[in-house]
Amino acid sequence: MSMVAQSIGQKKTMRDAFIERLYDKMAQDEGIFFLAADFGSPALDRVRASFKDRFINVGIAEQNLINIATGLAIEGCTVYAYAIAPFLTMRAYEQIRVNLSLFSELKDLNVNLIGVGAGLSYDVSGPTHHCVEDISIMRLLPNFHVLSPSDWRMAETFVDYTIKHKRPKYLRFDGKPAEPLYDSTDAIDVEKGFCELAAGEKVCLISTGFMTHRALKALEALKDINPCLIDMFMLKPVRDDALFEVLKRYETIITIEEGFINNGGLDSLIANVLNKHQSNIRLRKLGFNDKYVFELGDRQHLHALNGMDEGSIINEVRGCVK
Amino acid sequence: MTMDDKKRTDLMNYLKEKALWVRRETLKIHAVSAETRVASSMSDVEIFVALYYGGVLRFDAKNILWPERDRLIVSKGHGAISLYPIFADTGYFDKSELTTVGKAGSFLGGIPDPIIPGLETVNGSLGHGLGVACGVALALRKSASNAKVFVLLGDGELYEGSVWEAIMFAAHHRLSNLTMIVDNNKICMLDYCKNVLDLGCIEDKFKVFGWNVSTVDGHNMEEVYDSLMHLKTANGDRPKVLVANTVKGKGIPQLENDSLCHIKSLKVEEIDRLLSDPLLTVAGEVM
Repeated sequence: MSMVAQSIGQKKTMRDAFIERLYDKMAQDEGIFFLAADFGSPALDRVRASFKDRFINVGIAEQNLINIATGLAIEGCTVYAYAIAPFLTMRAYEQIRVNLSLFSELKDLNVNLIGVGAGLSYDVSGPTHHCVEDISIMRLLPNFHVLSPSDWRMAETFVDYTIKHKRPKYLRFDGKPAEPLYDSTDAIDVEKGFCELAAGEKVCLISTGFMTHRALKALEALKDINPCLIDMFMLKPVRDDALFEVLKRYETIITIEEGFINNGGLDSLIANVLNKHQSNIRLRKLGFNDKYVFELGDRQHLHALNGMDEGSIINEVRGCVK
Repeated sequence: MTMDDKKRTDLMNYLKEKALWVRRETLKIHAVSAETRVASSMSDVEIFVALYYGGVLRFDAKNILWPERDRLIVSKGHGAISLYPIFADTGYFDKSELTTVGKAGSFLGGIPDPIIPGLETVNGSLGHGLGVACGVALALRKSASNAKVFVLLGDGELYEGSVWEAIMFAAHHRLSNLTMIVDNNKICMLDYCKNVLDLGCIEDKFKVFGWNVSTVDGHNMEEVYDSLMHLKTANGDRPKVLVANTVKGKGIPQLENDSLCHIKSLKVEEIDRLLSDPLLTVAGEVM
């Protein structure tokens, strides 16, 4: 098994890593605004102190967050709109649809939605704070790019991408600090959108965000089977031809996501790629079934309850090669 | 009569004549496309006329992205068919386009979208315009621009919660380069607002939210013109709101005072009759 990644290094949140890099950009470019819906991070404190007229806390008002961001972007500013992921994407969905997705058909609007708390990051806060719909609903919107980093090193590299591509984007960040998966950023080709973390045989695991950590752990117990692992971090647009070139080497693909399955998420993205290439590769899906999670417990416990923990991934892979 | 008095009288006569002409042209557009919201587009005619013909707005129809232009955001997009003749007349596009509204290949829809030269934002979904206008005003202030931002909302639109998020934002950030105009025609889609959710005194609400508030008769050309001119140049550090008391369907007897006029379409014969009515006749114009 060839590995380009392993879990070693400093624990950090994606948002801190991203904002630290963005700080330098804001120091160079007066046209960059950072808007927050009363949500912070340690790294953001420095931004607030240094750029008093370009850091704006709009209050607990996600709809206005998007509208203000739109107005600034119309005038050519590069804007970051920062909030807790489910509230950012779902409270303000119609503002996002009309003012960003739809308007981008006609005008370059560089608005970067930073949603913190992807999946079950906020495990014990319950289903209002779980974000298990965002991949589906944000991929749906024309003109959006959707980025789902798996570690803070990757999140940090996305800063350049957000400045370069003058269009609306959604970045779904995990809420919890974690060690990096990637030793360096050399293996991260943002435009390509995915990284083959481990080449293998017969079975290919595809995961996004935090679930890539889970999948990587599961691989350690699957050395005898040697499955492949793909970290999928660009959920829109998808380089489907390049992706299929990798997928076609396998008999079974297993998608792993902290989202509802069969409803437009990572699994649907892969199904579309297979369908486009008229492939009969078997597709298995790990994620939440069509129900919300009220059970309490930490993320590990909730994943186990929903068939998404390491043990479940291992069982799924073993079941596929029987 | 002094020279200044004469100039003013001439200007007011000119604006009133334009308002009449805009009402006629709006009716003709409605005859082309019955889906257009004619009643909503009649209550804001004097406002649009003062903005575009009275010299309130700085604009260049041949350079629509001129950085120094004043921005008008038409948040009540459904009620802005009356802007089409003004845009055509002021050179944004050819007048022949006015006969194409709603037809295949036209850029003039039932609700104005920014595919139309001169339109700043996407309209049609209510409650967005004020927040977007706040963002534009912030950006202009940051770049030390003298350009002003105007945004037009209907009173029914004040039901949208996102509007109040923006009202608080504008006051807190002291967006003095922002002027909001409320077309207070007192009727939403299904009824008088007072029967749906009574808005009470709109002026009082804005006052306690920290805005600079004024009120006019929205069909009195002198009042509308004077207020907008004053608000544009007024000093101070607060956002400004002009509550324009209007009549939905103004000038069209079949629409005025009908609580359901929002969704009422006029028949072509009715429009023909209205256009030949002396009250709606512009001197020298051939129908």
